[in-house]
Amino acid sequence: MTSILDLKGLNVRYGAVEAVRGIDLNIQQGEIVALLGANGAGKSSTMNAVVGLEPVASGQIMFEGRDITNQPAEVSAQSGLTLSPEGRRVFGTLSVEDNLTMGAYTRTDAAAILAAKERVFDLFPILQERRTQYAGTLSGGQQQMLAIGRALMCEPKLLLLDEPSLGLAPMIVEQVFELIAKLRDQGVTIFLVEQNVAGALNIADRAYLMSSGKIVGAGTAAEMRTSGALTETFMGAQ
Amino acid sequence: MDLILQQTVNAFALGGTYALLALGLAVVFSIMGLINFAHGELMTIAGYVLMYCGLAGFPFALSVCFAVMAAMTAAVVMERVAFRTVRNASGATMLVTSFAVAMVLQVLFQNLISARSQPVIIPDFLGSSIRIGDVVIGTNKIVAIAATLAMLVALELFMKKQKHGIAMRAAAEDFAIARLMGIRGNTVIAGAFALSGLLAGVAAVLWVSQRSSVDPLMGFTPVLKAFIAAILGGLGSLRGAVLGGFVLGFIEVYLAAFLPASMQEFREPIGLTIVVLLLIARPNGLIPSATLQAQKV
Repeated sequence: MTSILDLKGLNVRYGAVEAVRGIDLNIQQGEIVALLGANGAGKSSTMNAVVGLEPVASGQIMFEGRDITNQPAEVSAQSGLTLSPEGRRVFGTLSVEDNLTMGAYTRTDAAAILAAKERVFDLFPILQERRTQYAGTLSGGQQQMLAIGRALMCEPKLLLLDEPSLGLAPMIVEQVFELIAKLRDQGVTIFLVEQNVAGALNIADRAYLMSSGKIVGAGTAAEMRTSGALTETFMGAQ
Repeated sequence: MDLILQQTVNAFALGGTYALLALGLAVVFSIMGLINFAHGELMTIAGYVLMYCGLAGFPFALSVCFAVMAAMTAAVVMERVAFRTVRNASGATMLVTSFAVAMVLQVLFQNLISARSQPVIIPDFLGSSIRIGDVVIGTNKIVAIAATLAMLVALELFMKKQKHGIAMRAAAEDFAIARLMGIRGNTVIAGAFALSGLLAGVAAVLWVSQRSSVDPLMGFTPVLKAFIAAILGGLGSLRGAVLGGFVLGFIEVYLAAFLPASMQEFREPIGLTIVVLLLIARPNGLIPSATLQAQKV
């Protein structure tokens, strides 16, 4: 296995607040790696820094062996790295299909774009049904599917998913997790931020645990399930 | 009846010009939150280019092309020189910057060209009029309406069908996520300015062809009106800007035509009162911007 993403001593700051404090993290090709932690632990900041939406204060981000620290967000998609952001953030005033078109903005091969669209429609038939509808009129679950579908349009090698299950009905949550596992089986490496610990550990190969901007635990999904660190972080037990 | 018909044509012509200007303001505002008061100076630049091309003896059609291209270029340069540095600053900083740009340009026009109004050669056909039944309609009004419609249709197609137009709408809604898709911020903003310059250039040609003159402050009044139109329509909403422009045009033309002579001196305050009443009824404008609303909630 080769390493696809390497974070070395990553620091992210908002003014005087240190959101991420020198974390080291590694993702291998073909894995699902979950980043777990309570609210405000610095998970989203980590993800945003990786795709270039937040500036890196110090440390290094390596993607496929290349240094992409502070690479602008515009360039990430082209290099095969993209994020489905927290809160979905689909373009509500654009049609479902136009959202997907924007996901493939950097691609020029019309046939490949069409094929990518077909693939998304295969994964989410409901999106095909609603293709001409404004994305803002979709339900939360459908918007989440669209956000993931949009991210897939650039054929990412590494897909970052920030809280894909947030705010969804339990049945839909299960579907989303199934889908993430399916994507991994199709060869997409996945870096997943989740507060739904049980769901995430069910599909993840490995997980990191984050608290107050630091990595406080790491291991395979099975190890993490039995480790005390999880309960400690989430329940505040000493 | 004929008078109403005639004034309606006039209202569409004036409203169309306001609509083009308001649309130019809205395109830029929706993407970077800047209310560009130097938009009027883009009109003035187009007006002066029209004047110099006329003096050089160019055919009018060619002069119009040059004037519109000059406004587009000026808009892009304006963004690069003045607005890029304050892009992430507060709305107030950007607003004041745009005032500064407007003033600098006005002074340059006054000192380098002339403080006084200069005549612009307009082809005869624009000064003529045609008779339909008992109604006499100026050719320039018909041209103005036709040009406005053509621009609005072209812009609609661009924004709905063209990848770059869709990207512009995406960036207007969520700039960070648009960048994540690979849409380059600088390109989209430069594109928005070019588009606003195009609209200002066309509006300038229509404006100048009604008055055959250009002066350093020419752009101020129409852009102030366009600003009112954009607010009336719903700031940041493109459809709103168009509707606001037409509504304002109708209010102005109808008041000028049908208000009794003794009341004419109160025409502007009465017109603005109507605008204020419309805004009290619809505080977010006639067609509120979906995105800006969402941000407020």
